[in-house]
Amino acid sequence: MFKIISANSIRKGFSALVVVTLTTLLSFTAHAADPIKIGAVAPKTGPLAGGAAVTQWPNIELWVKEVNARGGLKLKDGQRMLELIEYDDKTNPGEHIKAVQRLATQDKVDFIVAPYGTGFNIAAAPIYAKYGYPQIAVSAISDKMDELTARYPSLFFTLGTTTAFVNGVKDILAGMRDSGKIGNKIAMVNVADAFGIELAEAARPIFKDAGFDIVYDKSYPLGTPDLSPVVKGAKAAAPDAFVAWSYPPDTFGLTEQAIIEDLQVGAYYTAVATCFPAFGQKFGSKIDGVFGAGGVNPDTEEMQAYFKRHKEMTGKDADYWASANTYVSLQILEQAIEGVGDVDREAVTQYIKDNSFDTIMGEIKFDNQISHKFWTVGQWQDGVFRGVASSNMDGVAEIKEKSGWN
Amino acid sequence: MDILISGLLLGGTYVLIALGLNLQYGVARIMNLANGEMLVLGALASFWMFVSSAVSPLLTLILVIPLAFIGNWLIYRLLLIPLVRRARHQGQLEVDSILATFGMSFVLVGIMVALHGEYFTYSFLARPITILQSTVALNRLVAFGFAVLIGALLVLWLNYSRAGMAVRAVAVDPASARLVGINVEKISALAFAVGGSVAAVAGVLISTFITLDASVGVIFTMKALIIIIMGGVGDVRGAIVAALILGLVETLVATLIDPGLTLASAYLIFLLVLLFKPQGLFGRAQT
Amino acid sequence: MKSADIRALVTAVVCIVLAALVPFVFNGYWLSIALTAMMYIALSTSWALFSGPTHYISLASGAFFGVGGYLVATGMSDYNQSFWLMMFVAAIAATVLAGLIGLATLRLSGVYFVIFTLGLAEMIRNLVSWVQNNFLGSRGLYVLTDFTEAHIYWMLLTVASAVFIFGWLVERSRLGFALKIIGNDETVARHVGINTAWTKVVLFMSTGFFAALVGAIIAPRYSYIEPNLVFSPELSFLVVIMALLGGTHRLWGPLLGVIPFTLIWEAISIWIPNFTTLFLGIAFLTIVYFVPNGFVGLLEKTRGSRGVKAGS
Repeated sequence: MFKIISANSIRKGFSALVVVTLTTLLSFTAHAADPIKIGAVAPKTGPLAGGAAVTQWPNIELWVKEVNARGGLKLKDGQRMLELIEYDDKTNPGEHIKAVQRLATQDKVDFIVAPYGTGFNIAAAPIYAKYGYPQIAVSAISDKMDELTARYPSLFFTLGTTTAFVNGVKDILAGMRDSGKIGNKIAMVNVADAFGIELAEAARPIFKDAGFDIVYDKSYPLGTPDLSPVVKGAKAAAPDAFVAWSYPPDTFGLTEQAIIEDLQVGAYYTAVATCFPAFGQKFGSKIDGVFGAGGVNPDTEEMQAYFKRHKEMTGKDADYWASANTYVSLQILEQAIEGVGDVDREAVTQYIKDNSFDTIMGEIKFDNQISHKFWTVGQWQDGVFRGVASSNMDGVAEIKEKSGWN
Repeated sequence: MDILISGLLLGGTYVLIALGLNLQYGVARIMNLANGEMLVLGALASFWMFVSSAVSPLLTLILVIPLAFIGNWLIYRLLLIPLVRRARHQGQLEVDSILATFGMSFVLVGIMVALHGEYFTYSFLARPITILQSTVALNRLVAFGFAVLIGALLVLWLNYSRAGMAVRAVAVDPASARLVGINVEKISALAFAVGGSVAAVAGVLISTFITLDASVGVIFTMKALIIIIMGGVGDVRGAIVAALILGLVETLVATLIDPGLTLASAYLIFLLVLLFKPQGLFGRAQT
Repeated sequence: MKSADIRALVTAVVCIVLAALVPFVFNGYWLSIALTAMMYIALSTSWALFSGPTHYISLASGAFFGVGGYLVATGMSDYNQSFWLMMFVAAIAATVLAGLIGLATLRLSGVYFVIFTLGLAEMIRNLVSWVQNNFLGSRGLYVLTDFTEAHIYWMLLTVASAVFIFGWLVERSRLGFALKIIGNDETVARHVGINTAWTKVVLFMSTGFFAALVGAIIAPRYSYIEPNLVFSPELSFLVVIMALLGGTHRLWGPLLGVIPFTLIWEAISIWIPNFTTLFLGIAFLTIVYFVPNGFVGLLEKTRGSRGVKAGS
């Protein structure tokens, strides 16, 4: 793993050098061959870096490589290659804002890939709006989308709302209860940070209205080293379903403890990172039937080709959720630029609002800057994390019954 | 019973986290803000060996201990000795070592991010085992065993060996130690290197049950600082007792009151200890 | 003395006026760098007012900053209060908090004080998250205002100027004199009849007050507040590091730490985006080894070697 990656980064550095030299050479020969500058700011260090290294960075790399491999984007005045300028925001909003300002005013990039993380997308939105960059946010889930899109006319959302996520889980659980597979007792835990608190807060009334009884409802701090008391407490409440609004490190930690405690529930759900390939690798067949946030339909030709290319070009596996959405956001950007035939940002933003896009997740279009096509719940089934609940997606898989932790 | 056992296991984890820094700060007088990164480096080595060649973390230990020892010894000889020599008083060394090790922590994070930017997660001995009717994870139990072993070895070494005696003398008073013919620089380097190895070993063991990434080192540094200060600077027994208290308190609060308050309660205990014993549990009165 | 005072005052006024003009001259990127620097100037200078003379290194800046940002966010997002009111509330709350901490830590010294403040900041961070989770139950803390970067910059400049004026007054007062004696020898200070407790607590409260103001002003810039991001231990460390890098025995010392630090930081972030952290660390080590007494020390040494006595 080590070797592949370091060799990769050396190669990346080298190929960047080649691209730079080539482009400087070319710029003397033909003006039309100036590359289109694409900026990207996301964490490479800090608390969110682990997630961005799976979901965000590889897709940017993949997209740029693919476009350049086929000779660049087709514009009115000929094909133009992409040149990527990337900065590390160190998971710090102040750093992030500064880097985006730099992209806009110093590097004068043509387009910017939207940030990673809800807070960062919202913090950066005023700058994107100020300079007119279309911001196709992926890793951002909020219940204030209407207000935010009204405020920032070039901001687009693609991954769904907090309420939609909770409703996805509620529908799955209600379906299982109504068919007699589980009772109506839910144990719910959440990480005491923005995203976890928001989801838990939204879930309490939704679960209650659906007739569920929340028998255990606790939070735990970010970075809790030992989650066994949480799982023991949940187990003692004898729930039929376990729902955790969790972040990557605790998604792994809770599941490991659930296996050790042999937490027997009809439905087990952890939120972010359940869809990571590392999750499947770590637990193998034990987590068959586990629910998590996100999902994909891995059976379509487009998705299979995407997974294959992702692995080939970046040396890593795509995750089974937002990886695809991230790639889709870049496809939308690409199609809009080619549709306009120019790097006119205002026209591209308008194009995104007015058109529909053919992506690896099917046709996507925006309704008041919000796409209503996304996965909400996925389930590990025979080594693949399949979407089992969604908003307007095709190919929703049947739920599989969980049979213990083997 | 559950609480007692889980609490002790967590306490054992904290012992591992704190012992290394305890030696480095208590003896070598280096407030090493890069200690957590050393721990994470151990975790990364273990993860990498396990995922790429299916090497058991316990075997990785054999490799990690000498490497970390040599690495930390070199860090002390090459980077920290100049600071020790130019410091006119303890206060200045403290400031300089904070600045320098803060820089080192950045360097180490940078290297680790370049090596593996994703989460270090794998499954090793993640099996339930029942002791006294309480279910615990085997990997945590193994880590606890090592914590006991390392703690015992350190206490024996410090109390019953010549080198250990010298280390303690330096911890108490470097100036007097020099007067009785102890090579303070050499002993400090030794303590620093042993401390670094302990941190790396802790990382290897902890990575079997906690998911880490390249940037989390600072969390472990902070926890270690809290523990050694609570125990009293330079006192191995103090650190062990403080670590076990924190483990028990956290588990107690998580089980009986609310898991949301675990860390808050641990810090509260720490604050209370300092309010009533300003030099920590086993601290000597000194300035 | 008098003329030196006047010269210092004039220099200060000129600097402030020049700083206030930055948003008209620079835009976008350079303004955001200036803003970051201004934030750390205010934080590090006010930190050094307390920690410089007393040698008590506090790692609680992050906690006060967090109180500022968090209170503004909850007030505006969940209770529909105005930004200005919440900024005021936050500053008062942090001052009271700092007062309590100051009283609680009177018996602590050296490293015990350092780590106490760190532990305290972490406890506050966890408590706030817990309270929000269980009692306030928020759907995300949004701070949506019409402030531009320039507005935020000017507010920070105001705070930074206030810190300098406050520091200048303190240096000239009985309080400042008392602080210096405490820094040299606390026992002596007590013997000559200085109320050491009161002196320390008051200064520490001022640190809390200013840090909370800065946190409150930064909140609209972040727009979306996550408790774990505003209560950042990293911020506490950076404030200390920058102040130490400059030098803490002069009022303008931290300023000399913050500016090069921000610029080096920025330069590295741009040149080596893939290995920023690694090279930041290396740059940092270089400074520590080759600029042993901070930038103030460097400046005074060069001035001294030119035969000009450093004015005091």
